[in-house]
Amino acid sequence: MPVAFLADSILDLAWGVVLFWLALGGASLLLHGSPRLLTRLVFPLGALGALGIAGVGVAGLILPASAMVLPIGLPDLPFHLRLDALSAFFMVLLGGAAFGITVYATGYFRSMAAGPLALLAMWYHLFLAGMVTVLLADDAYAFMVAWEVMALSSYFLVTTDHKIPEIRRAGFLYLLIAHVGAVSLLLAFGVLQGGEGDYTFNTMRLAELTPFWSSAVFLLALFGFGAKAGLVPLHVWLPEAHPAAPSPVSALMSGVMLKTAIYGLLRATFDLLNVQIGWWGTLALALGLITALYGVIFAAVQSDMKRLLAWSSIENIGVILAAFGLTLIFHTDGKGALAALTLTALLYHALNHAFFKGLLFVGTGSVLHATGERRMGHLGGLMRAMPWTAWLTLIGALAIAGLPPLNGFVSEWLLLQAFLFTPGLTQPYLDMVVPVAAASVALAAALAAYVMVKFYGVVFLGQPRDPALRHAHDAGWPERLGMLWLAAGCVLLGLLPTQVIGWLEPVVLMLTGQTLPGAGSWLLLAPVSTERASYAPLIFLAVVVVVLLLTYLWVRRVYHGRVRRSDPWDCGYPEGDARMQDSAEGFGQPIRQIFEVFMRVERETPDPFDRKPHYRGDSRDKLWLLIYQPIDDLTAWLSKQAGRLQHGRIQWYLIYSFATLIFLLVFAAR
Amino acid sequence: MTLTYHLQIVNLLAALLLLISFAMLSQRRVVGLVALFAWQGAALALSTAIIAWSTGQHHLYYSAALTLALKVIAMPWYFYHLVKRLNVNRAVEPMINIPTTMLIGIVLVIFAFNLALPISEMSGTVTRSTLGIAIACVLLAFLMMITRTKAIPQVIGFLSMENGLFFAATSATYGMPLVVELGVALDVLVAVFVLGIFIFQIRETFDSLDLKNLEKLKDK
Repeated sequence: MPVAFLADSILDLAWGVVLFWLALGGASLLLHGSPRLLTRLVFPLGALGALGIAGVGVAGLILPASAMVLPIGLPDLPFHLRLDALSAFFMVLLGGAAFGITVYATGYFRSMAAGPLALLAMWYHLFLAGMVTVLLADDAYAFMVAWEVMALSSYFLVTTDHKIPEIRRAGFLYLLIAHVGAVSLLLAFGVLQGGEGDYTFNTMRLAELTPFWSSAVFLLALFGFGAKAGLVPLHVWLPEAHPAAPSPVSALMSGVMLKTAIYGLLRATFDLLNVQIGWWGTLALALGLITALYGVIFAAVQSDMKRLLAWSSIENIGVILAAFGLTLIFHTDGKGALAALTLTALLYHALNHAFFKGLLFVGTGSVLHATGERRMGHLGGLMRAMPWTAWLTLIGALAIAGLPPLNGFVSEWLLLQAFLFTPGLTQPYLDMVVPVAAASVALAAALAAYVMVKFYGVVFLGQPRDPALRHAHDAGWPERLGMLWLAAGCVLLGLLPTQVIGWLEPVVLMLTGQTLPGAGSWLLLAPVSTERASYAPLIFLAVVVVVLLLTYLWVRRVYHGRVRRSDPWDCGYPEGDARMQDSAEGFGQPIRQIFEVFMRVERETPDPFDRKPHYRGDSRDKLWLLIYQPIDDLTAWLSKQAGRLQHGRIQWYLIYSFATLIFLLVFAAR
Repeated sequence: MTLTYHLQIVNLLAALLLLISFAMLSQRRVVGLVALFAWQGAALALSTAIIAWSTGQHHLYYSAALTLALKVIAMPWYFYHLVKRLNVNRAVEPMINIPTTMLIGIVLVIFAFNLALPISEMSGTVTRSTLGIAIACVLLAFLMMITRTKAIPQVIGFLSMENGLFFAATSATYGMPLVVELGVALDVLVAVFVLGIFIFQIRETFDSLDLKNLEKLKDK
């Protein structure tokens, strides 16, 4: 049985990498005296581990599933691990993105002080280990332990700069929502095991649940995983925690950690629950679309780079959840092939998002490193000072904007294809609503492009808004390598979609029981049939390159062949300077104007006689006021009421004890 | 016949205990309170010894000796000196006036007897009828703690409550195992020391032993 043996050994290898990361985390604490060793040895080794995980994932997609029982955990409650196609796919995602990010981190953290760096390295590797264990876990106990390890270590990573009060606040908010979500997951697992008292996933797969309890599990899982993924209205921690965390950590959290929630949702809905119900899909679709639109609208009005990217992550998670909902709808409607198509789009988009959002976050990190500035209103024109960062970030920005031939286009195209097939649904109401949904996805995609034009244009193009920016230093080589890896991922995932979809096949087959009909070849992607729709990224790229080359040659050789340098027409404003460029706030103004209902806009307009006029516009999330503020107020009120019990008089405390005693005695005497 | 004779003495001592509890409730002076506490301890030690003799439970002798040493001699002596040193032997008006306290005490005693009725029917010991008194002693001591505003009477109330518990244990089950009793005795001793230190600290901080001052510590 060489195949089964191979499958077992790659599972061993995956667990070995987890232990290796744990050991690295422990070693980082011991190495707190030598920051050089930490950045030049520990982080590169960690990156190597990530590469190993990616390799395990690739092998796991081909090999059959394998399981093992670990002799750790509580007595009579060992950890069960299992590696199947679904976990393997997410391991590819994790390993691939984490490798680039960790390589980047080896350079990025070099300027950090030794003590905090050692702690950070420890939490970083613990975080990686936790995420892989989440993917490997095969019982609810191991899953929850890993899930909490992941949540706690990322909390400590977010609060790396814990001396700043806002960061502590952001960290607390993150921790709070993570725990509320975890409680919900715990309940979901509790229902899922169906009264057997056995919490292995195998038991859960076999448990017979009534539709009511199945729905309860689904809703609890949607809430719990949604809290981690950033589903509106549980998204509030994302725009706070991502800017607070160091950039590689934001990249990991946004690119990889959010995907573990998607993994959990897929695992719970398609694997652990043995019945799926149609309205779940409708609910997930609706929530996903709301999340996508809400996220992208807020991304458009942000003026802080990382906050913008965080909102954009919410948008992407929304798109993924919408795809999830649509998969459920197709699946329960008996349209296996279409469910397979949508699920492919979902997985593809999750993988893409890990790469391009990771790339954008680390690119932001380089800008932050070079300029110490996150506010877009103080940046600009960085393309000249930081060409490496700028060009590599451009790839990420184009990818996330969904432009061919990069990867973002492929997954969004696949998803829209799936939406176009909805008229075949048997439910007439859905038939009518789904075009609106398709339009919303298209709108979200278009607005995402708008957001990226804003992001890239304001930060890298134009004139520097601060003279010091001309001397910003570009990223160092480790950073460049990390970004190159992620950018290469974006390009290759965009150019070779047929191969990638082939690799996704085992996952799709496992969850939906169907594969794509796939009429294309290695050159041509045609998910359903060549007549219906097809896309050939390599040909597209070739055409783009050829046209560009021809134009270049035409201009250089035939047209005039000289480079003339002269002032452009200044529209009659002879004294144009960097302050007169379109600002981040200005760029987002139309969106803010249109969607002002959703926002709480705070504006500070300057006095007309002010010598140094200053404008500040801030668009806040209205949901905070609508949902979280009342909860906050209620909690404060209840605490205050409970606080009244505290008189500070010992007699009163004695009376409380006395009354309790009497009450219990009366109770006992009955 | 001897059993009933002993039982009568134990019952008499139990009645004394209850009486002393009431006396403690009505006592305003701290020195008087210390003396009453010593008497309560003495009654307790004697009743324990008699129960030990009549039932042949030898370990109860150790309990009785321990009670005698700690609660009749050591602690009252300690408190007596504490009161002398701190010069706090003044009559203090308790929070609720004494007649009302006594009335509440009577209600508590009735409640305790009512409570003890079904329990003592289940208990197989010869001294079960005193269980009601034991519970009453605990409740009365608790009441004393509530009504006193000074530190030392509160500590005495706490110890008196422990007396009641001890009596409940001996009367219902012939006492706890010796190890437990030793542990409890040690706990009480430590508690007295800790509380004694607290008393000094409270006095240092507020120049008074009035616990009303502790209200100032409340977090606004």
